[in-house]
Amino acid sequence: MIEVREVYFTYSTGVEALKGVSLYIRNGEFVAIMGQNGAGKTTLVKQFNGLLKPIKGKVLVDGVNTRDISVAQLARKVGFVFQNPDHQLFSETVEEEIAFALRNFGFKENTLKRRVTWALNLLGLTEYRKTSPFMLSGGERKRVALASVLAWNPKVVILDEPTIGQDHRQKEILRQFIVQLNAQGKTVVIVTHDVEFVAECSPRVVLMMQGQIVADGDAKKILTDPNIALRASIVPPQVTQIFLRLVDLGLPTDVIDVSEATKILLEYLEGGKR
Amino acid sequence: MAIIETKNLSYTYPGATKPSIRDVSLTIEKGEFVILTGPSGCGKTTLCRCFNGLIPHFYAGQLEGDLTVAGLKVTEHPIYEMAQRVGLVFQNPENQLFALSVEKDVAFGLENLGVLRDEMRKRVDWALQMTGIEELRERAPHELSGGQQQRVAIACVLAMQPDIMVFDEPTSFLDPLGAQKIFEVINDLNKKLGVTVILVEHRLDLASKYADHVVIMDEGKIALNGKPREIFNSETARLIGVGIPKATRLWQLLQENGIKLEGVPTSSEEAAQLLRGALKA
Repeated sequence: MIEVREVYFTYSTGVEALKGVSLYIRNGEFVAIMGQNGAGKTTLVKQFNGLLKPIKGKVLVDGVNTRDISVAQLARKVGFVFQNPDHQLFSETVEEEIAFALRNFGFKENTLKRRVTWALNLLGLTEYRKTSPFMLSGGERKRVALASVLAWNPKVVILDEPTIGQDHRQKEILRQFIVQLNAQGKTVVIVTHDVEFVAECSPRVVLMMQGQIVADGDAKKILTDPNIALRASIVPPQVTQIFLRLVDLGLPTDVIDVSEATKILLEYLEGGKR
Repeated sequence: MAIIETKNLSYTYPGATKPSIRDVSLTIEKGEFVILTGPSGCGKTTLCRCFNGLIPHFYAGQLEGDLTVAGLKVTEHPIYEMAQRVGLVFQNPENQLFALSVEKDVAFGLENLGVLRDEMRKRVDWALQMTGIEELRERAPHELSGGQQQRVAIACVLAMQPDIMVFDEPTSFLDPLGAQKIFEVINDLNKKLGVTVILVEHRLDLASKYADHVVIMDEGKIALNGKPREIFNSETARLIGVGIPKATRLWQLLQENGIKLEGVPTSSEEAAQLLRGALKA
């Protein structure tokens, strides 16, 4: 679905944000891009919808080079939800906010209405239909931003730091939501620092450091390797930390999930496993 | 000795139809490290705004009940007076920093208070040292990384030598290692200088090991108030949807399965220690 080939990118300030990145994301995959502040995560995902274009190398979306297509055309396929919803929202009501992009894409008025209602429902925003986005809480504004992108049904959804400022319950809703999108065959890419969230979702993890990809694999493999984690400023999930401290007792170290941890410990403590 | 005391405190923002905090009675002792948490919109930030007088002096609205901070009745003392007792560090340091050098930013609050030049130099040096950013003194804050910026923001507030420091989700824009370093700086201020710390935080896995007092709010009220172990292990915390530390959750799941371990762990160190004992037995 997304193919990044040997991409280099330098900002006008001279900062080299990407130094030869190659990445292949298949249709329907769920990928978390992680790494320390300034590692190039956001710069990389902005290449996916053409907001930024490589200075060397190329990015193909659905087989089309991002240089040969406008951001507007790309946006139809690749929806991008920004880290800060205030960088995205501007309309007077939530309803207009969601309708805006649909109108730009030229959807018929009937379809447009149906889709707005659908997106409001999906994200539990129906009661705010006529409210100004700026009257809502931070978490609710984030949901409006998400609704406005999902409304046009893009094949790929990119979420930049979706869990910032969200409480535990909202994170759980977000997690179920991503799983659901993924089950519908959508490709989901999140950029995040939130190791506990990644541990609960268990996506493919792409770890970046200083403009390069330093590790790529399933969450369990990446998050439980203390050497990889330390190099990229990731602190392993708390469950992993507990198991890493007990390594001398013969316990496995590749555990990220609390239910799995319980199961393993019960086997050891009750003596079922010998 | 209580440094913050509220009795039946309720507050309604101007134009709002219902109060944002209701009937809050809370005592915070001098030198405590308090974590204040609860679902989005539960009134955490509103309560913090009361502590330094932004409510009611800046936000107006309707405040009822008693509120004493550092021995002062907040309603009777203006913000600039309260600000010398209670320092507030925001979530995003970009909203707070503006000067062309770190040193100037840290000195700004002191200039406003009319602190004398020699004393100002001393305090700036001290605040930079305490937050571990002496080498950044001449740098422009907007060129620094997020973690460095947050340390500058902390130094700015610290230089005013407040009795109480309130941190409103200070690490949410930082990577985990950067976040851990900030928590360690905050912990040092608390343990070495005796500053009373109030930390508003959702990510309890990272922060709870430093706390000796946890307050959970829900729908404007105090839902739970006490020692971290008791709070994280209470059924109410789970029902409200607070993300209790995974170390505590693991302990609970083992208990539900009939494995009893003494004490309630709130960090990976404690959980590992308890499990080590049980596994060796």
